[in-house]
Amino acid sequence: MRLFALAVYLFLYVPIAVIAVFAFNGGRSATQLQGFSVQWFGRALSNPFVVDAFRTSLTVALASATLATVFGTMAALVLPQARPRLRAAFDALIYVAVMVPGIVIGIATLIALVTVFGWVNPVLAAVWPGEAPPQLGLGYGSLIAAHGLFALALVVLLVRARVAGMDRSLVEASADLGATPWGTFRQVTLPQIFPGILAGFLLAFTFSFDDFIIAFFVAGPQTTLPIYVFSSIRRGVTPEINAIGAMVLAASLTLLVVAQLLLRRGTSRARG
Amino acid sequence: MQQSPLQDMDAPIAEFRAVTKRFGAVVAAEGLDLAIRRGEFLSFLGPSGCGKTTALRMLAGFEEPSEGEVLLDGQRVDGLPAHRRPVNMVFQHYALFPHMGVADNIAYGLRQRRPRPSGAEIARAVDRALETVRLEGYGGRRIWELSGGQQQRVALARAIVNEPKLLLLDEPMAALDRKLRRDMQIELQGLQRSLGITFVLVTHDQEEALSMSDRIVIMRGGRIVQVGSPRDLYDAPRDRYVADFVGKSNFFPGRIEGADGAEARLAVAGGQVIAGRPRRAFSEGQAAVASIRPEQVALLRPGQGVGLPVRVLTGIFLGEHTEYLVRHEDLGEFLAHVPRQAEAAQGRFAPGDEAIAAWPEGAALILGDD
Repeated sequence: MRLFALAVYLFLYVPIAVIAVFAFNGGRSATQLQGFSVQWFGRALSNPFVVDAFRTSLTVALASATLATVFGTMAALVLPQARPRLRAAFDALIYVAVMVPGIVIGIATLIALVTVFGWVNPVLAAVWPGEAPPQLGLGYGSLIAAHGLFALALVVLLVRARVAGMDRSLVEASADLGATPWGTFRQVTLPQIFPGILAGFLLAFTFSFDDFIIAFFVAGPQTTLPIYVFSSIRRGVTPEINAIGAMVLAASLTLLVVAQLLLRRGTSRARG
Repeated sequence: MQQSPLQDMDAPIAEFRAVTKRFGAVVAAEGLDLAIRRGEFLSFLGPSGCGKTTALRMLAGFEEPSEGEVLLDGQRVDGLPAHRRPVNMVFQHYALFPHMGVADNIAYGLRQRRPRPSGAEIARAVDRALETVRLEGYGGRRIWELSGGQQQRVALARAIVNEPKLLLLDEPMAALDRKLRRDMQIELQGLQRSLGITFVLVTHDQEEALSMSDRIVIMRGGRIVQVGSPRDLYDAPRDRYVADFVGKSNFFPGRIEGADGAEARLAVAGGQVIAGRPRRAFSEGQAAVASIRPEQVALLRPGQGVGLPVRVLTGIFLGEHTEYLVRHEDLGEFLAHVPRQAEAAQGRFAPGDEAIAAWPEGAALILGDD
């Protein structure tokens, strides 16, 4: 049994470790170690396509995580007060959003957006007073929207757990002491659920930054980092890809650890 | 929170007028009419679900009455949200803000005021409040570093620092152990006298209500059964429910044999008749109950007096008196409290002893049995 578990872990993590190790390869091969070097990190960071893809990914991740956090937190705060039927429906939808495979979300979002654009663009062209009417198309907007919607579900789940764990009488105590509803939110509710919000933001950010499948469908002309990696693999794997992979992995792991630490600290405090 | 000079000091500080509160189909409080006097210590007493907490929450503004009016210092406050009512509450589990220190918790109410008091004013008020609850020097502590009793004092300080017109206490001792509870009761009572703030307490603990309150409101099934001083309720309970809830009592059910204004005669089991003061008008043949407090029942050695022959079942030593459970052939089991001096004079009774149980004339109350 223990051996079996070990095998599973090896199977899961050895390839990842190999990627990280080969990022430090001295030679050009992605399968044979030829000395130690950090040159591939330098190459990756000086490649304008990589930098550009990195910037796109960062922008999309920041924007979608921010949107998801703001709206997800609002939803998490209001849902417990909704009528039971309505709440159950929303809960189900949120779980569905988390469980539906990325490829389905990707295709569905693509079809939906293209259809909407097909409707809206002619109308815009007809009513636009100037010469060149704006054309709605895939790109930053669609990436942010698709990632934001998926991440919203994650944020709602995380923040709701905090809201549920919060002592309801704290809100009453605050009101009793003369705080307006906004004052109560700012001084009591927000500090209480903040670890959940932050963890939600970080998870949303990591999700968007790493996502390939949804991004592949809705990116349009934009190239995110995972899309770049995928397309360059088709031209043969070099340790440059490994270096990019290792950097993304390190960044994601750091964020996840930070999120976990914040969540844990938050809960032990609330109990204490 | 200044008192208007025109305000009549005899006018009630708070009032319920025909207040009913429903939650869906459940009636939590029904037809409450009550005037709370300025500066008194009032307790709502009853079992859980009797509506006492709902009444308190309607004063705080956490619940709105379905019908009727709630007045505070002569002004209607129903419909006014909690944060605009000059009342403060000590919550059952204190509800202290865990992300703030002790001083910030206490300063919270003052910081919500507009215009906001200066930092120095707030600091002074916080220190004064800490001193009042005997926690000088604890301002810098975190909430989770405090014991239960200390947390309760902080909750109290956080409320009284605002000088509320009413201080509402929702089962504040429920989480404390017995010894601490007793100390806190004495302290709360002293605090109430020295601050002159009207305290409204909700409790299911009759001892707590009896020891602290100027007046007690007994509730049952969402209705007020009786309002009175602890002494009134103990000596002149309105019905069996009140007599049972306030102090211990022996109850002997029976049928009214004859009644005038001053005395009613109740035929109880085995052809016995108990005469007592009726607490309401009775007609002949009506079901009623005789209530006799255990401390009014004297136990004598056989041949030393006239009374009911009983057999002693158990004796529990309770310090100032011994509680004997005795059994009479017709009346069944009942309690007698024998004070220490009486025991010293005639010796203790052992289980199985024969004894004579007697009570003075007028000790029995004839109550409605409902």
